[in-house]
Amino acid sequence: MYKIKKEQISALLETVGKAMDLYLPVNNNGKTNFGFWTEDAKVDLETLKTVKSPKDAFFPQSEVLYSCYKDAKKIEITPQELVNRDFVIFGVRACDVRGFQVLDRVFLADPVDTYYAARREHGIVVSLACGEPEESCFCKVFDIDAAAPEGDVVMWAVEDCYCMEAKTEKGENFLELVKEHLEPASDEDSQKTAAEQEKIRQIIEKFPYSHLSLEGWDGNATKEKFDDPRWKELSDACLACGTCTFSCPTCQCYDIRDFNTGHGVQRYRCWDSCMYSDFTLMAHGNNRTTQMQRFRQRFMHKLVYYPANNDGMYSCVGCGRCVEKCPQGLNIVKVIKRMGGSK
Amino acid sequence: MQEELIRRAKELLGDGTVVRVMGWRKGDLSFNPEPALFETEESLAEFVYDGFCGANLSKYMIKLSKLEGKTLVFLKPCDTYSFNQLVKEHRVDREKAYIIGVGCDGSLDVDAMKEKGAKGIQEITEDGDTVTVRAIYGDKTFDREDVILERCRACKGGAHMVYDELASNADEEKPARDGRFSLVEKIEVMDPKERFAFWQNELSRCIRCNACRNVCPACSCIKCVFDNDRYDTAQKANADTFEEQMFHIIRAFHVAGRCTDCGECSRVCPEHIPLHLLNRKFIKDINTFYGDYQAGADTDSRAPLTNFTTEDVEPSIVQERG
Ligand code: SF4
Ligand code: SF4
Ligand code: SF4
Ligand code: SF4
Ligand code: SF4
Repeated sequence: MYKIKKEQISALLETVGKAMDLYLPVNNNGKTNFGFWTEDAKVDLETLKTVKSPKDAFFPQSEVLYSCYKDAKKIEITPQELVNRDFVIFGVRACDVRGFQVLDRVFLADPVDTYYAARREHGIVVSLACGEPEESCFCKVFDIDAAAPEGDVVMWAVEDCYCMEAKTEKGENFLELVKEHLEPASDEDSQKTAAEQEKIRQIIEKFPYSHLSLEGWDGNATKEKFDDPRWKELSDACLACGTCTFSCPTCQCYDIRDFNTGHGVQRYRCWDSCMYSDFTLMAHGNNRTTQMQRFRQRFMHKLVYYPANNDGMYSCVGCGRCVEKCPQGLNIVKVIKRMGGSK
Repeated sequence: MQEELIRRAKELLGDGTVVRVMGWRKGDLSFNPEPALFETEESLAEFVYDGFCGANLSKYMIKLSKLEGKTLVFLKPCDTYSFNQLVKEHRVDREKAYIIGVGCDGSLDVDAMKEKGAKGIQEITEDGDTVTVRAIYGDKTFDREDVILERCRACKGGAHMVYDELASNADEEKPARDGRFSLVEKIEVMDPKERFAFWQNELSRCIRCNACRNVCPACSCIKCVFDNDRYDTAQKANADTFEEQMFHIIRAFHVAGRCTDCGECSRVCPEHIPLHLLNRKFIKDINTFYGDYQAGADTDSRAPLTNFTTEDVEPSIVQERG
C-alpha cells in the first residue's frame, strides 16, 4: 500500500491529466459531476455522489457511431474510431464500480458492443471508499462494501492522507506512473485504514435503508409482480421524466438516430429512458401505452428481468440517486418496500 | 393542520361531493412525501401536509378532470395561479375540481439543508420558524427562511386565486415578497459575451432529463415538439452545443406570457440550473412593455402576448435596447 498527503493530490492529478485523459468529479457552480481534468477544473473528491453516475466514461450519454458524407453521387462512410488510448476514471464509489459490472453483462455479452469494450479495455478505474456515506445509500443491500470498493486501484481517505492499493495489473501501472508522488504506507497506516473501514461499516448500519429486505424480488417473480395492482398507485405521480434513468449507474437503454449534417449523416446513439412515451416506438406503435406500464418496466427490469437473465444479479446497486433526485419523491426503495414481502 | 385536511377530505368523499382526492402521501423518510391520489377514506391515513409538500398538484388536474366525478385537490397559494392558467387554456375543467386552498409558510428544500452542512439526515422536524435536522454527522438547526425553496423567497403572497374553501391556516393577507427580479437585473447588466458564458456554463450541466418540461403546468402540449421522433427533428441526444440550448430557449419562449413563475422547473432540476431566471426575464420584459401582468391571476383577461393593441411595442425594440 502507498500513501499521499491530501494536499499533494492535485500534483498527482496533474501528472495523470497531462499523460492521459483523466475523468473525475468536478464541481461546476455547486453541482458535481464527472468531467475531464483541466488545469483549472474544480476537482471535488469530497462530494459523495455525483449527480450523474460516472457511467458516461464507458457509455457516453451520446456518441457518434459512424458518419456518412455525400459528395455528388458518392457516399463515403467513415466508422468512428474506437478508443485506443488508456484513460483514468478517478474517485469512483463502490456502488458505481458495481454499476460498471452490471453494464458489462449487457455490453460485453455476445454480440460484444465494440465501442463499449474498447473503452472498458482502456479505462483504469481508481475507486474511493466512502468516508461519509449518506442516508439514501443502500449498497449494503446488494452486498456491496462501501469500505472496500472494487477497481484497479482502491483509495481510502485516512486522516490527512489518501492510502492507495493496486488490485490489478492496470492498477500497478497506474501507481508506477504516479510513483514520484507516493510514499510507501507504514504498518500504522494499514491499521488506520482498517480502522477507517470498520468505521464506515458501522455508519452504514445506522442508515434507514441498510436493512431493506429484497424478499419477493428475484428472477422468478415475473408473474406475481407484473400483475400486482399496486403499480398504479406507485406510478400515479410519475412525471415520465428521465431524472431517475439518467442519473442511474445501471440504466443501459439507448436509442440510435441520424443527425443531418447538411451534406451527410452522423449516426449516433444516445441514452434513452423507458419512462419516455416514445421509448421503443415501433412502426406499429408502442407496446407500452400508459405511464404505469413504463414505470413498472423500469423497476421490473432492475429487480426481476435482469436477475432472471444474469444469475440472480440485480441491476440496482443501491446508490440512492433516484431516491435523492426524483422530483416527486418516487423511487426504487418505495417500490421494493410497498410491493415486497412474500410472493 | 394535517388532521383538519384529512377530516375535510373524508367528509367530502363521504357526502359524495368528490370521488377522489389529490394530495400528498407520507414518504418513507421524513422529507420525501409524494403527490398521490386517494380514493377511499381509509387510504387517507397516509395523507400528509407539511413543509416538504412543495410539489404543485395543479398539472395532475389535466388528467383528473377528464375522469368521471369531481376531484378534491389541495392547492397552495402559488399553485392556484397554475390552476387558473390551465383553466384559461381549456386544459382543466374548473367544474371537475373541488379546491381547498391551503396555507403555506414556505416549502422546505432538503438540498439547501445539505448545502448548509446537514449530512446523513435521519429526521427533519419543523416547529414554526425553526427546522431541526437530526443527522449522523451532526444535528443542525436552521431558520426556516434559510432552507426554503428559491421560489418561496419570491413568494407572490398568501392569497389564493381560486378555491372552493380555505383551510384554517390560509393567510390571504400574507404579503408578497420582492426581489423577484433582482437576479435578472444582475444578468441584464452583463455584457453579451459574459451573459452567453454564464448561460453556457449553467446549461452545460443539463442532462436533458426533461423534468423541467414535464413538471411545468404551462408545458401541457399533448405532444411536445421535442418528442418528435422524425429525422431532423429528433432531439433526444444531449449535446453541449446550440442544439442543447435550443431546448431551453424554445421552452422559455413557448411559456412566455403563460408561465406563472410557479417555480417547479427550478425545484425539480437535478442539476440546479436556475431556470427561473429565464422565465423571470420574460415576465419582467412583458411587465415593462405591456404593463404589469401576472399569468394565472384570473381566467378571463386577455394575455398581453395574445392580444393586439396599437400601443404594442415594435419588434425593433430589441435592437434599440441592445
Ligand atoms: S420516477 Fe421520478 S424521476 Fe423517474 S420518471 Fe418518474 S418522476 Fe421522473
Ligand atoms: S435504481 Fe436508483 S438506487 Fe438503484 S442504481 Fe439506479 S439510481 Fe441507484
Ligand atoms: S451507496 Fe454505498 S458505495 Fe455508493 S456512495 Fe453510498 S455508501 Fe458509497
Ligand atoms: S430539469 Fe434540469 S437537467 Fe433536466 S432537462 Fe431540465 S434543465 Fe436539463
Ligand atoms: S416555466 Fe417553470 S415557473 Fe413557469 S410555469 Fe413552468 S414550471 Fe412553473
